[in-house]
Amino acid sequence: MDNPISMQSSKVDLKLLDPVIEKYKDKKGSLIPLLQGTQNIFGFIPEEAFYKLSSQTGISLSDMYGVATFYTQFRLNPVGKYVIKVCHGTACHVQNATKISESIQDFLKIKDGETTEDNLFTLESVACLGCCSLAPVMMIGGEAYGKLDGKKAVNVIKEIKKKNQ
Amino acid sequence: MENIKVIVGLGSCGIAAGAKKVFEHIELLNKDNNLPIYLDKTSCIGMCYREPLVEIHDGNDVYLYGDVDQKKVEEIINYHIENHKPLEKYVVQTDKFKAPENNFFEGQVKIALRNCGHINPERIEEYENRNGYKSIKKIADEKISNQQVIQTVLESGLRGRGGGGFPTGVKWKFASGYNAENKYIICNADEGDPGAFMDRSLLEGDPHSVLEGMIIAAYAIKANQGVIYCRAEYPLAIVRLNIAIEQARKKGYLGKNILGIEGFNFDIYVKEGAGAFVCGEETALIASVEGKRGMPRKRPPFPAESGLWKSPTNINNVETYANIPWIIFNGAQEYAKYGTEKSKGTKVFALTGKIRHGGLVEVPMGITIRDIIFKLGGGIINDKKFKAVQMGGPSGGCIPERLADTIVDYDSVTATGAIMGSGGMVVMDETTCMVDIARFFLDFTAKESCGKCTFCRIGTKRMLEILTRITEGEGKDGDIELLEELAQQIKDNSLCGLGQTAPNPVLTTIKYFRHEYEAHIYDKKCPALHCKKLLTYTVIPDKCTGCTVCAKNCPTNAISGSPKEIHFIDHDKCIKCGECFSRCKFDAIKLS
Ligand SMILES: Cc1cc2nc3c(=O)[nH]c(=O)nc-3n(C[C@H](O)[C@H](O)[C@H](O)COP(=O)(O)O)c2cc1C
Ligand code: FES
Repeated sequence: MDNPISMQSSKVDLKLLDPVIEKYKDKKGSLIPLLQGTQNIFGFIPEEAFYKLSSQTGISLSDMYGVATFYTQFRLNPVGKYVIKVCHGTACHVQNATKISESIQDFLKIKDGETTEDNLFTLESVACLGCCSLAPVMMIGGEAYGKLDGKKAVNVIKEIKKKNQ
Repeated sequence: MENIKVIVGLGSCGIAAGAKKVFEHIELLNKDNNLPIYLDKTSCIGMCYREPLVEIHDGNDVYLYGDVDQKKVEEIINYHIENHKPLEKYVVQTDKFKAPENNFFEGQVKIALRNCGHINPERIEEYENRNGYKSIKKIADEKISNQQVIQTVLESGLRGRGGGGFPTGVKWKFASGYNAENKYIICNADEGDPGAFMDRSLLEGDPHSVLEGMIIAAYAIKANQGVIYCRAEYPLAIVRLNIAIEQARKKGYLGKNILGIEGFNFDIYVKEGAGAFVCGEETALIASVEGKRGMPRKRPPFPAESGLWKSPTNINNVETYANIPWIIFNGAQEYAKYGTEKSKGTKVFALTGKIRHGGLVEVPMGITIRDIIFKLGGGIINDKKFKAVQMGGPSGGCIPERLADTIVDYDSVTATGAIMGSGGMVVMDETTCMVDIARFFLDFTAKESCGKCTFCRIGTKRMLEILTRITEGEGKDGDIELLEELAQQIKDNSLCGLGQTAPNPVLTTIKYFRHEYEAHIYDKKCPALHCKKLLTYTVIPDKCTGCTVCAKNCPTNAISGSPKEIHFIDHDKCIKCGECFSRCKFDAIKLS
C-alpha cells in the first residue's frame, strides 16, 4: 500500500496509468475496472486521470464522471496512508458500531470521511464487511478487527501510529 | 508415524479473529522443530463465535478446538504429539466425548455448505474427492440432455436463494427457450444485505461448488460465457474464486468441449463490484457489468430474454448454484425430501446480533425461527430478553418474539411482513430500539437509492427525516400515519425491488412495536433506553468515586463535584450527549 497518494493532484504521474489503459482499452464494459485500476494506483481518481483515460479510450468524460460518482468505492480526493473502514452494517449497528466511530473521531479529531493532518488516517463508514459474527468490526488496510469496543479500536490505531513514527 | 493433521480455519471471520497469526505460528514452530504434523487450512465451518478454530485429526479421531491463540495452539499440538490424546479442556466439538459445542451441528443439514470447513478451498482435488465435478461428469457420461437437467432442477423444487425465491428450474426453462449466438450465466455474489455473509463463506470455503453449479446451468441453457459479480468488500473470496477458475480450466471443466461434450464451450470470469447495494438487483447488476451506472430498468424483457449485452442471460445467487451439483448427483427426490410443501431443501442463515452463537447454519426449511435462535444459536447474549429478529435486510422486516414459532419457508415468513431474504438473521434483545432500527434501514436505503424513481429517492429521505425526528424526541402526533402513507406511496411507485420493499422495516416495526413509536412520540421516552436524546442521566451515589472524569469531559459543564466527592448532573444544562455514561469506569451513571 505504498501509494504515491500524498502527492498533490498536479504532480500525479500519469504514466503509471499506461498499463491499466493497455489492459482494458479495447474490452467492452471495462470502464469500472479502468477506474478501479486508477484508484489502486493513486488511492483516488485524480482529475487529470479522467482526461487521460477519456482521450485514450474514447469513453466520454461525462460517462466516466457519472460512473465514478455513482459507486461508493470511488474517491475523488486523496486519502491517508491508512483507510479505517468502520462497519455500520445491521449486525454491527446492533452491537453499537456508532460508539466505535465516535471513539475514533474523538481520538483522531476528524469526522467521518475526513483525513488526519499528517495524512496517516482516513475515516470511513461502510456497510458490512462480511464478518458480522464478530461485530462490531472495522478494517484497516485489508485487515479486519472484530469484537471491538471504543477502547480496543483506538488501541489498534495507536499501535499503527506508533509503527509509523 | 506422523498421523497428526492440523487444520486452521482461514475464512475472513477466522482471520479477523486472529487465525492467520495462529497459522503462521504453527508454520514457524514446524520450521524450527520439524514437528511430526501435517499443516493445512480450510475455511469457515460456521462456528464463528468460537473463532479461531483449529481442527486436529489424530489418527482417525477428529477434535475441533475453539478460541485458539498462539499459546494455546502450541500447547494443544505438543499434547497431541506426546500423548496422541486430545487436550480436553480446549476441545469445543468432537464425537468422542461431551464437548461444549457438540450440538451445534445437530439439526443442521449441510447441502450448500457440504464442503465448507472440510476442504482446502484452494485445492481442486479436495473438492473432487468429495464428489466434486462428478455431477457434470455424470451429465457427460450418461449423456443426460439439457432438458432433463432442467427437469431435475424443476422437480427438486429449488427456489432462488438470493431473496426472491423464484423457482430455479422455471427460470432455466425460460432461458433455455431463447436462441442466440452468445448466452450468459451470471452468478450474483453482490451480497448486499448488510449483516449477512452466507455467500462470502460459500465462495471462500467452497468456490468449486459454485463453479460447478454455473457449469451445469450453462449446459442446461446452452450458455457460453459466465460472470461472477462479486462485491469488492470480499477480497479473499475474489482471490479464491480466481484460483478455482484457473484450476478448473486446467482440468478441462472450463474451456472448449468440456468433458468431451461436443460443442459445450464455457468459461467464467470474476467481475468486481464497486460498492452499490442496488447492483444486487439483476438488471442493475447487468448494467454494472456493462460498465454503466447500476440503474435498474423495467422488466419485461427479463434477463432470460434480453440480459447482458442484450443476450439471453440466466442469473442466480451463489447459494442457488452451490445446491445444483448436489441435486444432480443425488437426485431431485433426495433434495425435495427436505423442507415444506412449497419451500424445498435447506437454507443457509447467518446468525448475528445479540445471539450467543453467532455464525452460519444450514437448516431444512420448515424449522421454526425459535429453534434456530435458541437451539442452534444458543439464545440471547447475557440472558437478556429476546425481542425480535430481522430477516431480509433492508427489504425485510422485524419478526417479534411472539411470532418466533413461525416456520422458515417463503410463504410463512412473507406472511409476517418480513421476507425470507438471502439468509441474514439479526437477533435483537430488549436493549434494541425498534424505531432506531427502522431509522437505520431507511438511512441505508435512502443512501443506496439509485435516484431513478422520485418516490424511492425522495420518499425514503422524508421517511428518514421523520424517523430521525422521532428518535430525537421531536416526534409529533400524526407521524406514524404519515409514515404509513409514505410507505404505501413508495411501494406503489418504485420500479425495482429496492424501493418496493424499502418501507418494510418501518411497516413491520409499526405493526409489531407501535407502542415503542408512541412512547417516543407522546411520552418522549425510549423504552429500550437506546435513543440518547430521550434519556435522563443521573449519578448513582453509591457507585460514584468522585474521579471527576465525567465532569472533565462534559461539554456543557453540566456536572459538578469536587474530587473524591459524589458528582451531580444539572439536567437543565445537560444536552444528553452520553459522554459521561460512556466515560464512567464505575458504571455510576444511570440511564432512565
Ligand atoms: C435491491 C435489490 C438487491 C438485491 N441484492 C441481491 C444480492 O445481493 N444477491 C442476490 O443474490 N440477489 C439479490 N437480489 C435479487 C436479484 O435481483 C435476483 O433476483 C437474484 O440474483 C436471482 O437469483 P436467485 O433466483 O438464485 O435468487 C436483489 C434484488 C433487489 C431488488
Ligand atoms: S454488519 Fe458489520 S461486518 Fe456485517
